[in-house]
Amino acid sequence: MGKTITQKIFDTHVKDEPFPGTKVLSIDVVLCHEITTPIAIADLMARGKDRVFDASKIKAVIDHVTPPKDSKSATQAKMLRDWATRNNIVDFFDIGYNGVCHALFPEKGFIRPGYTVIMGDSHTCTHGAFGAFAAGVGTTDLEVGILKGVCAFRPPQTIRIDVAGKLAAGVFAKDVILEVIRTLTVNGATDRVIEFHGQVIDAMTMDERMTLCNMAVEAGATSGLCMPDAETVDYLWPFVCGQYKNDRAEALADFRKWHSDPDAVYDKRIAIDVTALEPVATVGYKPDQVKKLRELFDVRIDQVYIGSCTNGRLSDLRIAASIVKGTRLAKGVRGIVSPATPKIFEEAMLEGIIKTFMDAGYCVTNPTCGACLGMSNGVLAEGEVCASTTNRNFFGRMGKGGMVHLMSPASAAASGIAGKLADPREYL
Amino acid sequence: MKTFGGPVLFLDRSDINTDEIIPAKYLNEVTKEALGPHLLEDLKLPGFEPKAPSLGNCRVVATRANFGCGSSREHAPWALEVNGITVVIAESFARIFRQNMFNCGMMAIELPADDINGLFSACDPASTMCDVDFHEETLIFSWGKGKSKSVRFALNPFDAALVEAGGWVEFADARY
Repeated sequence: MGKTITQKIFDTHVKDEPFPGTKVLSIDVVLCHEITTPIAIADLMARGKDRVFDASKIKAVIDHVTPPKDSKSATQAKMLRDWATRNNIVDFFDIGYNGVCHALFPEKGFIRPGYTVIMGDSHTCTHGAFGAFAAGVGTTDLEVGILKGVCAFRPPQTIRIDVAGKLAAGVFAKDVILEVIRTLTVNGATDRVIEFHGQVIDAMTMDERMTLCNMAVEAGATSGLCMPDAETVDYLWPFVCGQYKNDRAEALADFRKWHSDPDAVYDKRIAIDVTALEPVATVGYKPDQVKKLRELFDVRIDQVYIGSCTNGRLSDLRIAASIVKGTRLAKGVRGIVSPATPKIFEEAMLEGIIKTFMDAGYCVTNPTCGACLGMSNGVLAEGEVCASTTNRNFFGRMGKGGMVHLMSPASAAASGIAGKLADPREYL
Repeated sequence: MKTFGGPVLFLDRSDINTDEIIPAKYLNEVTKEALGPHLLEDLKLPGFEPKAPSLGNCRVVATRANFGCGSSREHAPWALEVNGITVVIAESFARIFRQNMFNCGMMAIELPADDINGLFSACDPASTMCDVDFHEETLIFSWGKGKSKSVRFALNPFDAALVEAGGWVEFADARY
C-alpha cells in the first residue's frame, strides 16, 4: 500500500508513540513571532529552562505589530528580541529586516520539502506549499518545540483535491482556495491535511501555491500540501544549489521522493474543474460563505487592504498594480498596501509598483500583519466595510463591528476603483 | 490535575471562533490574567451578555460544533482558564484549540450530536451544574428541582494523560 506525503514525513520524523493514535515528531524548524512566543518564553524562564533545543532550527520575527504601536507591543517585541539574543538565535528578524512570517521564512529558504514545521500561528499551513508538514500550534506546543524539538500529533488523514481545467483571466489562486473552502466548509478538513494536485496546481508559482495552502486552515485542515516539483526547486535554488552540487535534476529527484505514492489511500478525493470559476468574495463572517463578485451589487466599501501572508507577495502586488495603474481610489475609499517583506517592498519599489499605488491614493505601509487581525495599521471602525486580500472574515477580525470581504488582489484593486465590491474582469 | 465541573454556560451556536473568545486586540498582553475581563467580548450570539455577573460563576462551557476555529492563539483557553472555566463540551472542536486545551491540562470533551442536542433541549441554561468524573469518564448534569442527566464521554489516552500530568510541558519534560 502506498503512502501519502504526510505519512512519509511522519514515518521519517516519528520519535515516540506514547499512546496508540499519537505520534511525537521531531521538528525541523520551529518558527516564532512576538504574539504567541513571549508567554512561552516567560514560562520557560519561570521553570528555570530558558534554553532552546537547537538555535539553528529556531527562526524568529517581529511581524504582527511592527513597529510597536504601544508599550505592550514594545514589551512583546523586546521579550522576543532579548530571548533571541540570550539563546544565540541567529535567524531573528527585527525592525528593518522583518516581514510577515509566512512570506519571510520561505523567502529566506528555511522551508524544504519533507520538513516538519511548527509555529504559534494558524497560518503555518502556508509552508505546506513546499511539500512540508507545517502545522499551526498553540503556545504550549511552541514552548515544548523550543525546548525539546518535538511536537505531538494525531496522524491526520488526507483529503486529496485534484484541480483541473484552466483559470480564466481575472481568476486567481485566491478564488480557487475560496471555492475549495466553500466546498469543504469551515470544518470539513478538521484533523485532516489537504493535498492539492492537478494541472492547475502544477502550473502555479510558489507564490500561488502559498496562497492556496495558507487558507487550508480555514477549512479546519492541519496543513495544505503541494507536491514539490521543478517550480519548488527553482524557488529554493539559491539555498540548495550547493547541497546538490549545482545539479537541478538531482535536486528534483530528491524532492520528488516526498510525493504521495499513486496508490496512497485517501480519506476523500475531490475533483474540481476551475475553467468556469469566476472571481469570488466572502459575504459573511465565515470563510466558507462565498459568492461570485458579479452577483454582489452595490456593496459599498470604506477600505481596501492588499497584503498579508495570503496575498502580500510581489506577484500579488503586481496584479493589483496592473489594475490600479492610472486610476484613483473612489471618493471616500481609503487604500492600504502592506508588502509582506522588505525584499518584496524593495522589488515593488524598483518596478514602480509602490509609486503606482501611491499615485492612486494608497497608503503603503511597512511589512506587517497588523491590519489583517485588527491590531494596527488599518483597523476598521464600527460598521465599516473592507475589501481585503487577507484570510479571515470573522466578526470583528479587522476591528470591532467591521465587515471583511475576502478576495483576490485583483478583486480588491477593482473594488477600490469602483468604491464597491467589483468584478476585476471589468478592469483588466 | 486541575479541578473540573460547576455551573454551565450554554453557547448555542456552531463555529464560535477564537476572535470571538478573545479578540486579537488583546493579544499584546503578556500575562494570562490580563485576558480575563475580555472573555467572549465579541461573541455574536443574540441575548449573550459578556459582562453579565453570572458568567463569572461558570466553570463549564457547553456548545455546538467546531468550537475554537480560527487562530492558534492559546489566549482562548487561557481566557477561559483565568475565568475558572476548565472544561468545554462540544460536538466538535477545531484541532489547535482542542490541543491547546489538553496542553494546558484542561478538557475539550467531544460528545455526539445527539447528546449535545439532548443537553440543549433538556437543561435549564440558567441553573445547570455539571459534575465531571474524569476517571469514570462521565458527566452528570443537574438542574431545576432534582432533574439530572448523565452522559458518558471518552478521551483519547494521550489527552487523558495530559490532563493527569497537568499539561504538555510537564508530560514532555518528564519524557523527552
